[in-house]
Amino acid sequence: MQGESLIVRDLEIVATPDGGEERSIVSRIGFSLEPGEVLALIGESGSGKTTIALAMLGYARRGCRIAGGSVRLGETEVLSLSPVATRALRGHRVAYIAQSAAAAFNPSRSLMDQVIEAALLHKVMDRRTARDKAIGLFRDLALPDPEHIGERYPHQVSGGQLQRVMAAMALLTDPALVILDEPTTALDVTTQVEVLLAFKRVMRERGTTAIYVSHDLTVVAQMADQVLVLNGGCEQEQGRIEEILERPRHAYTRSLLAATRPPRLADSMPAAAGQPLLEVERLDVGYGKPNRDGEPSAMVLRGIDLTLHAGRSIGVIGESGSGKSTLARAVAGLIAPCHGSVQFDGTPLSPTLRGRTPDQFRRIQMAFQSADNALNPAHSVRRLLGRPLETYFHLDRAERRRRIDELMALVKLPTGLLDRKPGELSGGQKQRVNLARCLAAKPDLILCDEVTSALDTVVGAAILELLAELRQELGVAYLFISHDISTVRALCDDVMVLYHGECVEFGSCEAVLEAPRHDYTRKLIGSVPELRPGWLENRTLALAEAPA
Amino acid sequence: MNSLKTMPHPKANTPQRLRHGSHLPVGAPRRRNRRRLQLTRWIGLGVFGFWILVALFGPLLAPHPMGAFVSDQMFGGISAAYPLGTDYMGRDMLSRILTGARYTVGLALVAACLSSLIGAGFGMLSVLLPKWLEESVRRVFDTLISIPSKMMALVMVSAFGASIPLLITATVLSYAPGAFRIAHSLATNLATMEYVQVAHTRGEGRLYIAAREIFPNMIQSVLTDMGMRFVFIVLLLSGMSFLGLGVQPPAADLGSLVRENIGGLSQGAIAVIAPALAIGTLTIGANLLIDSLSTSRATQKE
Amino acid sequence: MRNTLFGLVAGRLGASLLTLFLVSLVIFAITSLLPGDTAQQILGQFATPEQVAALRAQLGLNQPAIVRYWHWLSGFVTGDLGQSASNGMAVAQLINDRLPNSLILAGITTLVSVPIAITMGVVAAMRRGGLIDRLLNLVTLSMVAVPEFLVATLAVLIFAVKLNWLPALSYVSTVDSLGDAMKIYAMPVLTLCCVLIAQMARMTRAALIDQLDSPYVEMAQLKGVPPIRRVMRHALPNAVGPIANAVALSLSYLLGGVIIVETIFNYPGIASLMVDAVSNRDLSLVQACAMLFCGTYLVLVMLADICAILSNPRLRNR
Repeated sequence: MQGESLIVRDLEIVATPDGGEERSIVSRIGFSLEPGEVLALIGESGSGKTTIALAMLGYARRGCRIAGGSVRLGETEVLSLSPVATRALRGHRVAYIAQSAAAAFNPSRSLMDQVIEAALLHKVMDRRTARDKAIGLFRDLALPDPEHIGERYPHQVSGGQLQRVMAAMALLTDPALVILDEPTTALDVTTQVEVLLAFKRVMRERGTTAIYVSHDLTVVAQMADQVLVLNGGCEQEQGRIEEILERPRHAYTRSLLAATRPPRLADSMPAAAGQPLLEVERLDVGYGKPNRDGEPSAMVLRGIDLTLHAGRSIGVIGESGSGKSTLARAVAGLIAPCHGSVQFDGTPLSPTLRGRTPDQFRRIQMAFQSADNALNPAHSVRRLLGRPLETYFHLDRAERRRRIDELMALVKLPTGLLDRKPGELSGGQKQRVNLARCLAAKPDLILCDEVTSALDTVVGAAILELLAELRQELGVAYLFISHDISTVRALCDDVMVLYHGECVEFGSCEAVLEAPRHDYTRKLIGSVPELRPGWLENRTLALAEAPA
Repeated sequence: MNSLKTMPHPKANTPQRLRHGSHLPVGAPRRRNRRRLQLTRWIGLGVFGFWILVALFGPLLAPHPMGAFVSDQMFGGISAAYPLGTDYMGRDMLSRILTGARYTVGLALVAACLSSLIGAGFGMLSVLLPKWLEESVRRVFDTLISIPSKMMALVMVSAFGASIPLLITATVLSYAPGAFRIAHSLATNLATMEYVQVAHTRGEGRLYIAAREIFPNMIQSVLTDMGMRFVFIVLLLSGMSFLGLGVQPPAADLGSLVRENIGGLSQGAIAVIAPALAIGTLTIGANLLIDSLSTSRATQKE
Repeated sequence: MRNTLFGLVAGRLGASLLTLFLVSLVIFAITSLLPGDTAQQILGQFATPEQVAALRAQLGLNQPAIVRYWHWLSGFVTGDLGQSASNGMAVAQLINDRLPNSLILAGITTLVSVPIAITMGVVAAMRRGGLIDRLLNLVTLSMVAVPEFLVATLAVLIFAVKLNWLPALSYVSTVDSLGDAMKIYAMPVLTLCCVLIAQMARMTRAALIDQLDSPYVEMAQLKGVPPIRRVMRHALPNAVGPIANAVALSLSYLLGGVIIVETIFNYPGIASLMVDAVSNRDLSLVQACAMLFCGTYLVLVMLADICAILSNPRLRNR
């Protein structure tokens, strides 16, 4: 046992935005941890969770200032240390694991150099001991080739491995407290599970006291003993993880819990017969210059078949690089497939935009992942919604105005927002405007490319609900691209699993997600953490038993 | 290939980076900074505005005609009759500066506007043109940008002699490519934005996309760039005049005024100091103004 | 990856050569295809048309432009730069006499300005938002916009006229001692340095701040790495490329500055040679000088680009 107790009282942190007044971003935060305990700080973007975590190191980012309170680690009062003493504390007794390891490693220095830097700097051990200990940690963290991985440079190592190297860097000095700042958020689910397992094992073995910052309750359920739920820099609820999950007292916690695992939102439509709306056959798509065989140098999708009937919705899941966005872009005509055909309502679709009819443009709409980039920052909401009405329906001014009001009502936005520009809207509002613009065309098919993944959990769940309602009301079909299986489960009738550009499984949502046949699908689904403590360990057991 | 002429404002880098940084709570200097920013803006605006007014009304206010020999004294010092002294031929310096400023400011403004118009125009167009044409336009501008601006001006003057249309042509030839490069990279970046792709999938034409989706998002940067270009052009043109290869007598811009009175330098004549300082304040003022505008715009976006 | 690196540098080299070729085309086009005729120039205004025609034939000016260009370019490559129209001397000889002076001036300026500018940039970046940084910002922001002749006239006024420390003009031939040399070079170098230092310091600051804002420097801070070490060991190695780039780009500014400075101080270098050539409309001399300047400029810009390529750690570490 090397972890120490941590007591935080009345922590206050203020920020001064450029040219603005000083305002409080974290107020009256307090908690206490026994040695070896893990506290999760959970909340959405802007909830102050990272700011609080960084205060444990006596650190506030530019423009922020720790205004009051106390952070007591063992016998040390962190906030009243001199700058030199604070420096001696960081990287020695308190260690930090950053969200993006790829950015947090210096690109021009070798990994080992950076892993042992703090230990040498604080004179905890000599270079040789540090190296040996680091290699031991690499081994414990299940890194490949632990003897030599330290000689590599950050860009030569994958994201999941880098995250584990960073954990080794943090644990090298046997810190009394480790801060983990969303350490798996940037990773794919299958990688996330491996990293979580490695983290959990080394931390349990060493009895490290830790603070785990995350927006994801399911991850927190695996890692934490205690939870502190934050919203807008204030505590909403605090308690043991089991209690919070089973008996949430605060309304905010309840909405967070509900949003984490959205229920089935749409009644499964009966598999309609007749003319399919969208029919994709043996589709091959790639990027880059064509080689001698006429194939692009980098193939992204191979042999994709897909049939979508009017009013139904197909989910496409896969990890980053699986080609799922490319599928949507190929259907939208933004990238020309090299083989295969796409039929829309019985007529073949031109592979490029050039050959498509205005009616086809209107009937197929695409909603991009980030409404930030999908809405022109120079246009007002009124203009964003008005333009499709102009191009598709040639409505006059009064009709446009009426239809715009209708659309705003449809996506549940007040008409007061009409004259604002996208920069003045919140993330959820932007995504609603984005959807309203698609609906302005009265489309038959909306291609949704990760429409909820840039949003906070609660906001994302509301968008998902809106999508389900719109489908019921308007009978629009979705091709729903997502990396998040729970959103697909909530919204879609059928699901397609992509792996390295190939479809490994296709079928109805229940069939595929409840009883996956393909190994990869099983691994993918098995990697999504469940909302109960102990899932991670049990899963390992289950996997260990499976081959036998 | 890089070049001084296309360099973004060295300061412009900083806030950009902050905006794209992975962390949310973005650095905010203390409040004092804002006031200082405002201060440099007001100083810049005041000085630059002053010179614009001088360029507009100066000749009307001049106490004497520009070419009038009013005094027997060469390089006369500051006096009530001649607030900025007299020049090497006994002409009133104040009147000459008031008139010369119009040349300096006017020529540079015309050249800066033309450079930006041509450069940014082609930068926008090349997004609309077929690839091979875009490539050849880019090649031409790339070649022109590889000739330092003073070289271009010197070579052209040696071939055609110094005249005002020629000076403007030479300036535009060397500064339009920089404007082109900035506008072109802005436009091609904006063309990959998702809202432009949305417009494509709506079946919008190229012209609509260029004019309505791309252009409004680059106009501010283009204007800032034009301001920078104005400063450089003032420096180039007055440098040419200083070498005797710019504006020719009897007309005179501020650079020519420095040149013709350089003989008075050994006496410390006000006639040589005043026009040199005039150019300095004009360019410094403009630079401060542009810098404060572009900085505050960058921080606003955060 | 070694090969990629080599390929990138070689590609950059090739592109520069191609650009130089295109630049020569432009310079030739401006100076040779238009009414300002060399024959007319040499003979003066009062020559009879027959005399002009005869000289045109003798100089090969009645050949098609493409042939003349070919002669000019091949002459260039072999070092035959033609003859000066104003005094009949070989252009190569004229340039040869003046080039060392200009190189010395540029060399001294570089040696003085680069260390000062980088130090200023690093200090400003480290003290970001502090008094020193804001002061330097204001000063450098003003300096980049100041015309060289203002600095030069003020310098002459202060050091030569008022204080009488330094001569107002530079006569290189009278160098006898180090002190003399210092006196001669002090003001030209000072004038050139002003703008150059401001330019480089601003770019260095921006490049370094770019790195200091990156997550890995924050990580270093959270590991307890002290400020000096954060800058020297973490940020600077990654900023070397951008800084080298900034230095090379700023030095290319020297080419413009040197023209004014050599003229104002009557310094016998290439730039003042060219200004005289322009005044006399001595086209072959102008062409040669312009090519020399453009070539140097291209080399500097190319060096800047190569620095940027080499500084990419992904390429450097295989």
